[in-house]
Amino acid sequence: MKILVMVKQVPDTATRIRVGGDGASIASDGIKWVINPYDEFAIEEALQIRERLHGEVVVVSVGPQRVEEAIRQTLAMGVDRGVHVKTDVALDSYQAAAALAAVARQETFDLILTGKQAVDDDAAQVGPLMSVLLEVPQVTVVLKLSINPDTQRLIAERELEGAIEVVELPYPAVITAQRGLNEPRYPTLPNIMKAKKKEIRVELLESLGIDVVPKVRITALTEPPARPVAKILTGDPLEAAEQLVNLLHHEAKVL
Amino acid sequence: MHFDLTPEEVMIRDAVRDFAEGVVAPNASKRDETGEVPFAIMQQMGSLGFFGIPFAEEWGGSGANTMSYALAVEEIGRVDASLGLGFAAHVSLGCSPLYYFGSDAQKRQFLEQAIKGVYLAAFGLTEPEAGSDAGGTQTKALREGEHYRLNGTKIFITNAGHAGYIVATARTDPASRKISSFIVPHDTAGVSVRCDYTKMGMRSSETCEIHFDDVVIPAEYRLGAEDKGFHQFLDILDGGRISIGALSVGVAEASLQASLAYANQRRQFGKALNEFQAIQFKLADMAMEVELARTMVHKAAWLKDRHRPYAKEAAMAKLYASEVAMRASSEAVQIHGGAGYMNDFPVERYMRDAKLLVIGEGTSEIQRMVIARYLLQEQNS
Repeated sequence: MKILVMVKQVPDTATRIRVGGDGASIASDGIKWVINPYDEFAIEEALQIRERLHGEVVVVSVGPQRVEEAIRQTLAMGVDRGVHVKTDVALDSYQAAAALAAVARQETFDLILTGKQAVDDDAAQVGPLMSVLLEVPQVTVVLKLSINPDTQRLIAERELEGAIEVVELPYPAVITAQRGLNEPRYPTLPNIMKAKKKEIRVELLESLGIDVVPKVRITALTEPPARPVAKILTGDPLEAAEQLVNLLHHEAKVL
Repeated sequence: MHFDLTPEEVMIRDAVRDFAEGVVAPNASKRDETGEVPFAIMQQMGSLGFFGIPFAEEWGGSGANTMSYALAVEEIGRVDASLGLGFAAHVSLGCSPLYYFGSDAQKRQFLEQAIKGVYLAAFGLTEPEAGSDAGGTQTKALREGEHYRLNGTKIFITNAGHAGYIVATARTDPASRKISSFIVPHDTAGVSVRCDYTKMGMRSSETCEIHFDDVVIPAEYRLGAEDKGFHQFLDILDGGRISIGALSVGVAEASLQASLAYANQRRQFGKALNEFQAIQFKLADMAMEVELARTMVHKAAWLKDRHRPYAKEAAMAKLYASEVAMRASSEAVQIHGGAGYMNDFPVERYMRDAKLLVIGEGTSEIQRMVIARYLLQEQNS
């Protein structure tokens, strides 16, 4: 079983995001970068599949030099090796999917696992786009995955609004992971030490034949409006309740 | 010269921090109340390779270094000093004697399982009549052919209730003050362990009394040569001081962070506490001392990793960091005021835990004796 896991490095969800000087990107200074949390479920699933069925788990990530750190973290979790598609250009979803698909064609694969979306742009495009570019089936928002290597088929449970959908499909395929698929492991310390000896192959975006001109361009980012200061009602409970009802009615308009 | 950690050291620190915040922190205050020893968490730490950080892969270690170990102890100690103490005692006092002085057979039989966290390891030095004054050791190990017969009592021994073996010091010749050390498996007939001290702090760390009553062990369980015990445990205590220093930095850092958070949130006289200069000065002093303590601990670890003499620096690191932990936790309670005296906030726990740090593994007074001894040696050489 050869599994590729596509990983994106994103700002830590606890980081306070500010709009950068150009008004169309975020200010990157002071940001702590982490592996996209949904991609961690994909990594864990790949490692568990390898433990059951043997084979190889390869992580692929696109981005600038700092992305190497995210790849090293996956190696510390137990991933066998990494491919870093290096670029300083900010890519749109299609370019990212095209770059990852180009690596997938070189590597060949039985399964591609990735998060259902990245928590930075929330586009949820890259998994589905890869499946189209590679002409393989896909299942998104997966909560449970079972593999039958004899029949080369998968059974996946995916999350719908208030229901679980069960689908069956052949592989090679693209699977996108939802929270609940598994509980990502802590890296072991011997694996952290071994991670530095594992291979990270560097590919340049240009040499993969990817058009560096994006199809989608971010024209502007704006911060959400500042939250108004909370009103605190004091005094007699009866009066306060009257004021509260009044405010809910006329100001908040929820009654 | 530079102060950057290596990428591996950063990854180890972050991995331990995630574990500390995700697994250790949630019930730390509750364990302090109940005195429950979190052995399951310690076993998980073993399986993740925490106990093997400073040891070679050959013996099941993680193949990292003392610096990484100090970072790991600080991170655990920051959320739960009791567990940090159990961690430090297991690695520095329980595992290190076998790693540094054990034969290959002893390492294979005992050390590998201790590193994996199958069981813990304890170091039996302190006795009713002996502590830092090891010459007062009363425990005897008398040679009988291919065996030794041990009789004696050890007190205040960390982790002994879950220990697979105890490294115990004893005199092989009642007429001589020379000390030897022995590996005593916990299930040997005549070994009894009681862990029922009621403690001021470090309540969920396991502290035990051990009795050896005609305990017969094979001669091959002696650690190194006869009469070498004194030099062995001086070496072991030097290394242990780095970890107690790191643990102290963890407690001091936790005290600082709790104080910053509370001073930002608590309002008096119409403004946040952190707008008062009296509070700002406390915070500034705490932050400075935490930084200095951490730097000294790292220097001692750095020297040890380079196989340079580090005993004086380790004593300085332990002495300074533990006294910083004492001051920082006391100031944290002060900044919290009445709330700090209640156990709704963790700072009163930090203060009770910190007191052990200026006592255990050599009191502050002993550390000053050690430092002065090196100063005088340097002067006379």
